[in-house]
Amino acid sequence: MSGKDKLAIFPSRGAQMLMKARLKGAQKGHSLLKKKADALQMRFRMILHKIIETKTLMGEVMKEAAFSLAEAKFTTGDFNQVVLQNVTKAQIKIKTKKDNVAGVTLPVFESYQDGSDTYELAGLARGGQQLAKLKKNYQSAIKLLVELASLQTSFITLDEVIKITNRRVNAIEHVIIPRIERTLAYITSELDELEREEFYRLKKIQDKKKAAKAIKEAFAAENKLNERNQQQPVNLLEEGDEDLLF
Amino acid sequence: MKGCIFNVDNGYLEGLCRGFKCGILKQSDYLNLVQCETLEDLKLHLQGTDYGTFLANEPSPLAVSTIDDKLREKLVIEFQHMRNHAVEPLSTFLDFITYSYMIDNIILLITGTLHQRPISELIPKCHPLGSFEQMEAIHVAATPAELYNAVLVDTPLAPFFVDCISEQDLDEMNIEIIRNTLYKSYLEAFYNFCKEIGGTTADVMCEILAFEADRRAIIITINSFGTELSKDDRAKLYPRCGRLNPDGLASLARAEDYEQVKAVAEYYAEYNKLFEGAGNNPGDKTLEDKFFEYEVKLNVHAFLQQFHFGVFYSYLKLKEQETRNIVWIAECVAQKHRAKIDNYIPIF
Repeated sequence: MSGKDKLAIFPSRGAQMLMKARLKGAQKGHSLLKKKADALQMRFRMILHKIIETKTLMGEVMKEAAFSLAEAKFTTGDFNQVVLQNVTKAQIKIKTKKDNVAGVTLPVFESYQDGSDTYELAGLARGGQQLAKLKKNYQSAIKLLVELASLQTSFITLDEVIKITNRRVNAIEHVIIPRIERTLAYITSELDELEREEFYRLKKIQDKKKAAKAIKEAFAAENKLNERNQQQPVNLLEEGDEDLLF
Repeated sequence: MKGCIFNVDNGYLEGLCRGFKCGILKQSDYLNLVQCETLEDLKLHLQGTDYGTFLANEPSPLAVSTIDDKLREKLVIEFQHMRNHAVEPLSTFLDFITYSYMIDNIILLITGTLHQRPISELIPKCHPLGSFEQMEAIHVAATPAELYNAVLVDTPLAPFFVDCISEQDLDEMNIEIIRNTLYKSYLEAFYNFCKEIGGTTADVMCEILAFEADRRAIIITINSFGTELSKDDRAKLYPRCGRLNPDGLASLARAEDYEQVKAVAEYYAEYNKLFEGAGNNPGDKTLEDKFFEYEVKLNVHAFLQQFHFGVFYSYLKLKEQETRNIVWIAECVAQKHRAKIDNYIPIF
């Protein structure tokens, strides 16, 4: 960034007014954007906190779920295939909603149960309780996963928006406002210069006028004196007429 | 005298089976396994037992499912070896044992067919002990009706199907109910078959099968609370060959919560004991664990007598329990969840 750069504008009173208005606008925009960035940052921190919380919880829940799978296998034997064959559609589905934070739309995922358990009687003869536990554990794991996904998405979106906003704030703070200020200073200095020139010019004219007046007055005084001295007409012969040569 | 008649046909196989039984892991082996830090350690320890180098060709990292598959494969090879050498009536007895796996396979295939999955994908997922010739043919049937008429009536399971399930049921009934209905008729048939054989076999096997029947009745009752299964439907799933038959089953059919089931079991000394020791608090053994322990005890007892077929059944069941134990320990080791690693069911 060159320190000299300023808006190409003719330094005049009008332009100065214009610049002052722009400066005000820029400052207002800067403070607003700053507020937005702060709001986003706050939300961002909150989400980050939640993500960390959910992730640690996730580890435990997943571990428990995986372990209850082992438990269920221990009592029931291999039931994977039968369950797989029975599945027709997803039981837990996801709805997307939108959340608005300082003008940024964040996607929010919500899981909901669609239809009843397709294979309610699994493990009827043995291991029903373990299977019920298994189902419960994995359900909570999936819910956590969905929550985590929603948080992560918000996190990424917010991150991008925060970057953009910060860039704008910085641009306004460090580029636009200084440029306008520089332009204003330039205009002011230019106007001052003009004023000084004008002043000098006026002074000069005044001087000239004074001088001219003095000369005129002296001339007039001399004339008066001459007039008084030479009341009689001038002798034509005494006039040193020069010869005219043709 | 009886022994020598028995040994003419079955002596070799019984000896073989008892030999295999000695390969079942002992408590000391389990203690070693529980100490393992990684699956590689586990593999090393298993190499010192009767399992030998069954995991030798597996590339590391070792997965729990691989161990499971390999254990099962070994068991299947042993069982099929015995089955191939068996003569009547032992061969029928061994076939009866495989029927329970067949039921699982059939159920899997039916479910797959009903949901239009390619059968060729399902066949490898079936339990190898329960495979039968007609299994591949299931894919020719596109509708449940065809399946029933063309395939199921030819399988060894046909008598069970004919008894309890009509063509329409295949379409409408819950698959798990079909499975349990089949299993019920299978258990009853097996029970009667053992009775027919008579002698020590009947003594040993009837006790085990009666327990199995009662266990199913009790567990089904407990698991059906809070589901859509009605009391009438539930009563139809109870195998009628156990000690609970008929009074206990009738009261079970009326039971509405766990306490009532427990009250029914109190009339039966063996089951009362199991209910007493079971609890749902962490650290307590669950009822199912108790049942497993009791089953293991019965199966171990089967080896106390000679000249009967029960050893084959017991051997298979013990081996299955052992597989589950090893897989359980492997899971605990793999997931670093050592708190519950001792929940396996010791056999000897």
